Amino acid sequence: MYAQMIKTAHSGVHKREDMTEQERAFQDRIDAGEKIEPRDWMPDDYRATLIRQIGQHAHSEVVGQLPEGNWITRAPTLERKAILLAKVQDEAGHGLYLYSAAETLGESRDELVRLLHEGRMKYSSIFNYPTLNWADIGAVGWLVDGAAIVNQVALQRTSYGPYSRAMVRICKEESFHARQGYSAFMAMALGTPEQKRMAQDALNRMWFPCLMMFGPSDKDSVHSEQSMAWKIKVATNDELRQKYVDQTIPQIEYLGLDLPEAGIVWNEARGHYDFDMPDWSEFFNVLKGNGPCNSDRMADRVNAWEDGAWFRDGLMAHARKARARKMAAE
Amino acid sequence: MVAPVPEVRLATNANMAGPVVFTGQTPLTPGTPEHDLFTGLTRLGDNTLILGHRVSEWCGHSPILEEDIALANMALDLIGQTQLWLGLAGAVEGAGRTADDLAFLRDGWDFSNILLVERPNGDFGQTLMRQFLFDAWHQPMLKALEGSADARVAEIAAKAGKEVAYHVERSADLVIRLGDGTEESHTRMQRALDALWTYCGEMFIGDAIDARLAAAGIMPAPESLRPGWDALVGEVLAEATLTPPANPYAHTGGKQGKHTEHLGHLLTSMQWLQRAYPGAKW
Repeated sequence: MYAQMIKTAHSGVHKREDMTEQERAFQDRIDAGEKIEPRDWMPDDYRATLIRQIGQHAHSEVVGQLPEGNWITRAPTLERKAILLAKVQDEAGHGLYLYSAAETLGESRDELVRLLHEGRMKYSSIFNYPTLNWADIGAVGWLVDGAAIVNQVALQRTSYGPYSRAMVRICKEESFHARQGYSAFMAMALGTPEQKRMAQDALNRMWFPCLMMFGPSDKDSVHSEQSMAWKIKVATNDELRQKYVDQTIPQIEYLGLDLPEAGIVWNEARGHYDFDMPDWSEFFNVLKGNGPCNSDRMADRVNAWEDGAWFRDGLMAHARKARARKMAAE
Repeated sequence: MVAPVPEVRLATNANMAGPVVFTGQTPLTPGTPEHDLFTGLTRLGDNTLILGHRVSEWCGHSPILEEDIALANMALDLIGQTQLWLGLAGAVEGAGRTADDLAFLRDGWDFSNILLVERPNGDFGQTLMRQFLFDAWHQPMLKALEGSADARVAEIAAKAGKEVAYHVERSADLVIRLGDGTEESHTRMQRALDALWTYCGEMFIGDAIDARLAAAGIMPAPESLRPGWDALVGEVLAEATLTPPANPYAHTGGKQGKHTEHLGHLLTSMQWLQRAYPGAKW
């Protein structure tokens, strides 16, 4: 899940009797499963909430290049290096579609980037954790993209057409990422003792941060109801987290690794795994900027943007000159 | 009496780890056609490997998202080409070395890339200028290799040539736009050109190996690619309002394994895992 703690631009849920006729018609379309398209009328709060969510999702894709890029130059084989490059290229491409989806709502990419760089928008907490050994790269594909897929598969049903369609395309690529991540991780888990140690270390470190990707427990998740009614959000944090845990534990067992924490137990009565929740105080600290990599990630992004200003300005200046020359010639 | 040196055992699970590959010079005899071809192929593959690595260093740090995508794409092409060139080099060598063994388990003196591609990235202008100066050589080189007497070489060149045709179109376009952009972008591109110019000549200076490969019709004589490069680079620089430096000096040595200080550092990170955990499968 690349969007967390999205504050719905409205407190509480609109009651039907309080809606204007236009709002009721809008809600009816959503309830009937219709997609909302850019030129359609939509409530301002729906638009604002979507911009926040899609923008945060886009930022996550872009910042998400950094922890993977950390290992591109150290990938152990040419094939692994090529796969990682292709994957990071996909992530950047996802950022591009998502910024484009946000633009259909009237918000420019430059503005969203400015808000990110000023610390007024966020990206997924997961990218504030470091990639410390090569197995982390497999884990990012398998566990992080795996968690993103659980959320994004649900979001294919989201009510806003451009976002929903972006999710369909992104999910196809993410499924490939998750599979290649598992394959890279499996090579480690079944490899030499040192490789197995790297794999276990990566799993142990990544587990709780991955569970945090789904956001706080439903009981503490104050912004969900209106977003659910608008089908901007289509499943609760806890539902998605449970689905993720249930699908991931057998995969860990298949690799012959130790489970990452002692609270994971199959609950026959529920038909689900029980598991311990992450330390939410850590989560809120990461969101506040106190995660292990927050300052490095932001510095990297801001420096890239500022150091690249001359490049962007140069291209714009050339385009103006070329236009002027063309007009002078006509 | 000196105790016999014990057999070195790897600190890895022998069942899981593969055999340890030799890391020294090629066992082929210098002057033989196999040695010549192996050398010609590693020169091609080392160029794409080292440049692909340099380009990949930008990941997530370029001036705009489209450039992150483009650079990853270019690095991907170059690494893919490396797999083909070094894969063939290993097959020609016949000593059981794979493309990965050649990439990750040779030391700097056995690398034969030109010095240009190992130059550090510098600012984005220097990275783009290095790319253009290389692409302007790479494309005609591949074009010539498509007519190689060795069908395996011709086949790889045809595949790579499609990718590189796009590389040169892109890098030439950006050099023109930035050279003829703002005063700052012009200054940066001129500075990049000045810094890289003396590393271009090496592309066109042949040695005895090149001469024998050319005589056998396997690879073009490096000197034969100069006029085309001069023409394209001259045209692009003129449109970019950039001035080709007057210094005709050419730094050489890369093709013979004498590198700049920068290559060792690049190899240190690139080869880290293979070196630290010998024989492991990844």
